[in-house]
This record gives sequence, C-alpha cells and structure tokens, in this order.
Amino acid sequence: MEFIFFHLMPYRPLDMAERAKHRSAWVVLPNTLYDPKKGAEEYASYIEQLVSAEALGFDVIAVNEHHQTAYGMMPAPNLIAAALIQRTKRAKIAVLGRALPLTNNPIWIAEEFSMLDNLSRGRLIAGFVRGIGTEYHATGINPYFSQERFQEAHDLIVAAWTRPGPFEFEGQHYNFRYVNLWPRPYQQPHPPIWIPSQGSSETIRWASHPSRKYPFLVTFSAQELVVRYLEMYREEARKHGYEAEGNQLGWAAPIYVAETDERAKQEAARAIESLFNDYLNNPWEMLLPPGYMSLSSMQRTMKMRKSLGTQARRQTVDDLMASGTAVIGSPKTVRAQIERVREKTGFNRLVSMLQFGVLPDDLTRRNMEMFAAEVMPHLR
Amino acid sequence: MAPEEATLETREVRARAWRAGRGRLLVFLHGAAGVPPWNPFFDALAKHYDVLVPEHPGFGTTPSPAWLRNVGDMAMYYLDVLDNLKAERVHLVGNSLGGWIAAELAVRNCSRLASLSLISPAGVRVKGVPMGDSFIWSPPEAVRNLYHDQALAERLLAEPPTEQQAELILVNRFAAAKLGWEPRWHNPALERWLHRISVPTLVVWGAQDKFLPARYADAWKARIPDASVELIAECGHLPHMEKSELAARKVLDFIGSR
Repeated sequence: MEFIFFHLMPYRPLDMAERAKHRSAWVVLPNTLYDPKKGAEEYASYIEQLVSAEALGFDVIAVNEHHQTAYGMMPAPNLIAAALIQRTKRAKIAVLGRALPLTNNPIWIAEEFSMLDNLSRGRLIAGFVRGIGTEYHATGINPYFSQERFQEAHDLIVAAWTRPGPFEFEGQHYNFRYVNLWPRPYQQPHPPIWIPSQGSSETIRWASHPSRKYPFLVTFSAQELVVRYLEMYREEARKHGYEAEGNQLGWAAPIYVAETDERAKQEAARAIESLFNDYLNNPWEMLLPPGYMSLSSMQRTMKMRKSLGTQARRQTVDDLMASGTAVIGSPKTVRAQIERVREKTGFNRLVSMLQFGVLPDDLTRRNMEMFAAEVMPHLR
Repeated sequence: MAPEEATLETREVRARAWRAGRGRLLVFLHGAAGVPPWNPFFDALAKHYDVLVPEHPGFGTTPSPAWLRNVGDMAMYYLDVLDNLKAERVHLVGNSLGGWIAAELAVRNCSRLASLSLISPAGVRVKGVPMGDSFIWSPPEAVRNLYHDQALAERLLAEPPTEQQAELILVNRFAAAKLGWEPRWHNPALERWLHRISVPTLVVWGAQDKFLPARYADAWKARIPDASVELIAECGHLPHMEKSELAARKVLDFIGSR
C-alpha cells in the first residue's frame, strides 16, 4: 500500500461563535475573521507537518485547492508545493488537485504543473478536480458547464504536455491560437494524473476509461460508500474489458490513532466534529449548485436527503466513527478498518488526513508518528 | 377561464404552451421559475387578447435542444417561433428572465411586434445597485425575497411542493443556471443595443423588488427610445403574481392604446 500524507490547512483560530452566525464557512464568511498574524503561524506549522511526513516514511505529500474559505488556506496549492519541493528529496508531491473548470486559462495549470515537475525532477503528481460546489459561487463560473469545462480543460492540458508546440486548440470553452509550453514536463509523457472525487458516476466512468486509467480517490465518505464507489470503478473497468489495478483505487479519510480506542476518540472528538460541522457543512444551494451534478444524480441525491430528513443536525464523533467516514482508534482498530476496506476493494492508495479541523499541533504530531510507526509498516 | 394546452413545433423543438382568449396575439415569456400558474393576470389579458404562454426549452417538461446554450440562442429560437406562427403585430410580454429574452428578441428584430411589455426584466445590470443572489437563497428565503407581502409568502410556504413539483423546480433551476449564472442575469452587450427596440415599450416594476431593484427601471427607460415606466407599490419581483389585477391593468392600458 502507498501512503499519502494529505493536508487541507484549515484556519484553526476561527471564532466558532461568529462562524455560527453565517450560513457557511465558505464564500459568505467575512474575511475579517481571518487574523493574518495567526494565519502566518498556521502556514508555518502546516508546512513543518508536511515536510516531516517525508522522514516518517510517507510516499507522497499532498496539498489541495479551495477558495474563499476557512476550511482550507490554499487557494493556490502550487505555492505550497513549490515550498515543499525545496525542503524534500524523495517524497512525491501531489496537488490533489487543481480545479480545472474554475479557470478561464487551463494553460496556466499546465505551465505551473510543468514547472513543479521540473523543479522536483519528476516528483509531481497532478490532481485534477472540478472544485466543490461553493467554488462556483466563489468564482462565478457557471456550474451548468462544469463537466464540459473539466473534460475540455483536461484535454487541453494533456495536449499541451504531450503534443509538440506550437499548436492551435479549438474548443467550446477554451480557444487558443498558440499552445506551446515552456517548460515541458520533466516526466514523460507527463506527470501522473490522479482524480479525487466525491464519487460522481460521471467522473468514475470518465477516469476509468482505458485511454486514461486514472487513479480515482474517494474523498470523505462513509465506508459503505467508499466500497461502493471503488467497486463502481472496477465494474466500469470490466465493461471496458480490463481489470483495474489496486493503484487505480484510492481512499481519502481523516485518521486518528492513539494508544487506545478511548483515548483516540477523546482526543479526536472536538477536531473531527469541527471539520464536518463547522468547516465543511454547507446548505445544498451552495454545495450543489445547478449542473454541478447531472440532473439525474441530483434527483437521486435530493430524494436521499429527503428520506434522511431535512433537519440538519450536528454529526458527532460517534456518527462519524460508526459510518467509518473518520477512522479513529488504537493502531489495531485503525489497521483492521483499513484492511477491511482493502479486502473488499483491493485499493492500494491511502490518502490519510492526520491533521483535521481544529486538531492542535501536538496531537497532530503524535498522530503522525504513531500512524507511521504502528499502522503503515503493517499494511505495506 | 382555463387555458387550453397546445404544442409549439419549431424546428426540432416541441414546446408545451398554454393558450386562452381571442383577439390579437399576446405572447407571455415566463421567468426563471417556469410557467406560472394561470391566475387573474392571465384571465384579464385573455378577455381582450389571444394569450399564448409557451414553456422555454429546458424548463418544465419541454426538452432543450443541445444548441440552445444562452439567452441569445433563446431569443433567436423565439424569432423562429413567431415566424412559424406567422404572427403579425404581436404584443410581447415577459417577466424577469422572460423579459430579458423578450428584449434580446426585440433588439434583433421587431418586425413582428406591436409592443413590448417588460415586467421586472433581467438582462441589464446597473453597477453599484446589486441584484439579489437568487442562487444562494434557500427555497423559503427565495419566496420571502420575491414577494413583498410576507403574509402571502408565508401562505405559499405553508404548502410545500409535491414530489413531482420538486422535480420540476430542480429542472427549472438547472435551466435558469445555464442561462443566468454567468454573467449573472445579464448580457453586458444588451444595454448598448436597446435603442434598436423600435416598438412602444412599457417597463413595469414592483417598488420593493429585492431581486432586481426598481432602480433598474431607469436604465431601461434611458436606453429604449419609446419607453414608459410604471412602478407598482407594495410589490416584489413578480407583479403578475403578487398584484395580478393591477399588473394586468397596466399592461392592458398600455397596449390598448397602441
């Protein structure tokens, strides 16, 4: 199994009483709640955590992109990736991912990834995502054309990496008389492309296509759904006439390990609850703007929500542990849960988020060390 | 007076439509929430006119052709519709998104029109006077913001949509986003061509419109050569719904004199 140390860089000093006065920690949360002095300390802590993951034995160090939110302070993840490249030697650096539809010039993404690949002498993993629904409010980009723009931007970036330039790109959303990348990517034909997703069937079908075979990473879902989505990828691969490899399947989850189950739960509770309730929770108008999902997926989701009841209630650490959305416990418990998902799906890439919500530096440090010492070696 | 259901066949599009009354043709173009329920506004118009309310492709149960990607396409589609109907001297009325479509149609070609009535139209943005963000509003918030009369809003909210209605609401939301998300509810080029509208034009606005503020009426009046403005007091974004009879009278008084 391959281990990815993943970070969101949440703004932990958030005033939760003020946060509660707004419909979301995204887009509409006044940025006067961000204190740059405290924010600078957060960046320093988080970069130390990411750098230390290499010495602890993680294979990949990963960052991601989010806009206008206390949930994550990385609107430009490539800046963090560039800093990490300077301070690491061996680990791969993954940007999981850049949100392709949100930009009007995907060539910039191709260029920056190419630069990072050169700067790291081929250690870059390029994640492609659509951004979450709130980001269509943050950027003004029309969510109705999100899938179209994603696929077209992907085609443009891959062409920019692989076709001799200059060439002309003629698309529906993107049109360029000259595409001629300087620098070209270090890895040939191009850096590996990974697709993190919440599990939309459109994305799974697209990623698994034999011309792509992109690793698909299920993000933050109940374990039952993780298994279902990874199985869906396998089925799509079979329909295309091939068997998906374990390296094409990944699972991203917040994980917390301590000496005992009780201690782990006690230490992780407040932080994991803050992640799902205070940072991530959004009204559906913000999370699922029209067209972000296909109409049929959206209709299914709405029905499911109706059957779950419309009253939004806070998720507790017990809820999140019971569903397996968060993996929390002793090394033995955590190993067993990961093993169980591996037995069911054969997935081979674990995207572990060992700092989440308001989890402080000292607990994060212990969590990382214990995970590296007592979970990773047993699953390799 | 119950309308009859009709089908408008235009190129490969089969659009649902509702029709009532006799006289010269009056076409009403609906807003982002889809075809409104038939109410006294339409009854009043149908006493004097042949009132046709088509469903825009992509809304309700009228499918959208793949080529229809923006409001400009929609305006061209409705020019085709009018050509197919061989309509002469049509009174064109539109609310909100429908007003925007009507204006885009009129700047392209007024030859089949006798008059234009724009009821709180989208399509033009006035800098410094922000629109409401209809895409971030929750459904109850939307109702409260679209109507001035909060007792009416609460009565509407007391009847939650059936499952079938909820599905249509979702379909309409998708269609509305396609046309109005970006640039948000307007076409920056439209304003510079409003002088092309060569028929008498009425601009009706609810004085308390929280989605498109009533001050937007000034921008329309300033650009359309023969335009008059009627403000409706104590009224939100949907005058034909909230002040049905008064809104109908304003439109009838205007087009009756043409």
